[in-house]
Amino acid sequence: MLNRKISTAISFFVLFLVSASFAGEHFVPITSYRTGPYGVNGAPAANGFVDYLKMINARDGGVGGVKLAWEECETAYKPDRFIECYERLKNKGEAGATVFQPLSTGSTYAVLDRLADDKIPLITMGYGRTDATDGSVFPWVFPLMVNYWSLSTAKIKYIAQLEGGLDKLKGLKIANVYHDSAYGKETGPILAKQAELYGFDLKGFPVAHPGIDQKATWLNVRRYKPDYVVLRGWGVMSQTSIKEAMRARIDASKMVGVLWSCSEQDTVPPGKASIGYSCASMINPGTHYKVFQDIVKYVHDEGNATGPIEEMANQQMYRVGVLMGVITVESIAKATEKFGNKPMSGEQVRWGIENLDLTDERLEIMGIKDFIPNFKVTCADHEGSAPVKFQRWNGNAFEPASDWISTDQSIVRPMIEASAAKYAEEKGLSSACN
Amino acid sequence: MIYRESGQFKTTYKTDQAILPIFQDRVAMALLMLFAFVVIPFIANDYWLSSILIPFLALSLAALGLNVLTGYAGQISLGTAAFMAVGAFAAYNLQVRVPEIPFLIAFIWGGLCSASIGILFGLPSLRIKGFYLAVATLAAQFFIEWLLTNFGWFTNYDSSGVITAPPMGILGFAIDNPLSKYLLVLTIVVLCAFAVRNLARSEIGRAWMAVRDMDIAAEAIGINLMKTKLIAFGVSSFLCGLAGALWAYIVLGTVEPQAFDILRSFEILFMVVIGGLGSVSGAFLGAGFMILLPILLNNLGSIITGSAISTETIAHIEFMIFGAFIIFFLIVEPNGLARLWQIAKEKLRLWPFPY
Repeated sequence: MLNRKISTAISFFVLFLVSASFAGEHFVPITSYRTGPYGVNGAPAANGFVDYLKMINARDGGVGGVKLAWEECETAYKPDRFIECYERLKNKGEAGATVFQPLSTGSTYAVLDRLADDKIPLITMGYGRTDATDGSVFPWVFPLMVNYWSLSTAKIKYIAQLEGGLDKLKGLKIANVYHDSAYGKETGPILAKQAELYGFDLKGFPVAHPGIDQKATWLNVRRYKPDYVVLRGWGVMSQTSIKEAMRARIDASKMVGVLWSCSEQDTVPPGKASIGYSCASMINPGTHYKVFQDIVKYVHDEGNATGPIEEMANQQMYRVGVLMGVITVESIAKATEKFGNKPMSGEQVRWGIENLDLTDERLEIMGIKDFIPNFKVTCADHEGSAPVKFQRWNGNAFEPASDWISTDQSIVRPMIEASAAKYAEEKGLSSACN
Repeated sequence: MIYRESGQFKTTYKTDQAILPIFQDRVAMALLMLFAFVVIPFIANDYWLSSILIPFLALSLAALGLNVLTGYAGQISLGTAAFMAVGAFAAYNLQVRVPEIPFLIAFIWGGLCSASIGILFGLPSLRIKGFYLAVATLAAQFFIEWLLTNFGWFTNYDSSGVITAPPMGILGFAIDNPLSKYLLVLTIVVLCAFAVRNLARSEIGRAWMAVRDMDIAAEAIGINLMKTKLIAFGVSSFLCGLAGALWAYIVLGTVEPQAFDILRSFEILFMVVIGGLGSVSGAFLGAGFMILLPILLNNLGSIITGSAISTETIAHIEFMIFGAFIIFFLIVEPNGLARLWQIAKEKLRLWPFPY
């Protein structure tokens, strides 16, 4: 009996010693959430991310001849668990963690102050602290491609497109149904600014978290008789909103959702009610791009898929996960251009992200042409001002509803600089761009 | 044998009334303090300090607060997280509007604001008991979360509705690395724990316990129910407010009102129930169980299996094991882990004899 206890203890100890050290590889921490209230969105995203990394290892032998290594850590969408995962993973790998992508605004805020000390960048693609777009104040945070405010301008441009021009916006009534949290309220000021600029009437309708009970809200929306409804939900709120909108006799084609209300989790449960619903996306819908063919060839066909292989066609979040993988690998590749073919550290990858320049040639080489737009990151502009696509649900899948719509930085940039300057003043920071 | 008190005679009232009358207890406490203050800073790394020990200490302070209210005074409360939120936001607002105030004063101010809100929402306890009081305190939970989300004044009109803790410093020493944060939190929590222990042994503590056991009888022997109950709410909310300020400033750094939602209230209630109602060590044992066990299981899971099992499965197994442990402990000892520890100490008195 005692012998068995001793041998168990020794085997635990030995396992602890030989636990993977990821030597000679770029280490990518994957702080996913497969459980918890947003697990249905987080799981396909993580699957897409890991599948892309596997594909790069199989097809290209890694980045610059150095393979990619990764480890998943479950955060359940809670900031304190994210911090625990962050602290656990930040020093793993030969050169430390390359970049973190929390896929959660709350976690972004929680970890913001530690990044400069740990010298690890954070990519918050499509979300995150919006004013971190100003890289001179937030050198370690990158809300890449589009942030909440830029997307807001693109939404209004899309509505204008549906109406036939920006001048047709005058006199329209737009209802903003949003999740009553920090995330939901962020676009309030910029929508108000655009309402002033273009002459449309705007009214906000908050939905209490988690958003399962929205009858009262939609009665109010119906009383307002809007021409368009902007939906800013996340998780279970969006599908309930679409169902309630049908009951309030507001057609789904009049509803425009944000990036994070744009997945099959939101459109499939309401059934027929969501036909005609359009929403924003950082990627082009469809799976005919070379990158997906490569994933099928090198990962799925080898039996190495991380999740169910139907997710590639059926889950927007899977493709967003692939996008996360694409950006990670592009940043590491850019960093190896300057620092050489060895495992990249967080500080080096930060340089890589800040100098990302996705031209058509590069997109063609990596097989992601048309999948994502071109964009360029600079020190002052950590977003890259990428254009946004809008897609419409036809009952079975998302199809393109517009061309790439660029965001209106003339409205967004001054607000970002003002907000970032306020933060810099509070913290006593000086410009990190020279 | 180990715990025998024979030979330890008290010759003055003062020594008889000491907080730790048994010599072995004093030695154990001294060793524990030595370990916590001196040894841990040397052996612990950043991960242990900022992800494990600091959240554990902050939440055990909140559990201590709830233990005062539920364990000692017998008033069930589901609004713990709301009082934490009040403490955090009050401390932040004071520092933002009066920047010269040292953060410790801001913490105490946060605690006092939380205490007054606690007394306000504790007023129903004068008329209702038990389950119904729990529902009334639930009102506090939802109301305060709604208030902080919908009125921009509390977050200084931040566009995202979050508050960011200003940098902290004492007498020129900046408190910005995990070690200094750990020592600060440890000091505050140890002082509060000793304070609560002494409060429980004092007149007001005995009044609380009398109200808990049978409030009609307590009233009959002359204990002022209103004063006793409201003081319980006040002290409990002060500690919860202080814990909330620690949570916002030190653990998270930047916090939105949703960090103090109903799930957090339940978490702290479970800590108190599992740890043991009505004991200071129970708060720490419960907090340790609820915070450390999931992290331990998570780490063990990833070490043993590597990437063979998905994190999702590990998270679900974690839930199952956690639930099984809770059921096990509540069957084995419904009075919580603290009672198990008490029984162990009693057996140590007789060891090596069984009885």
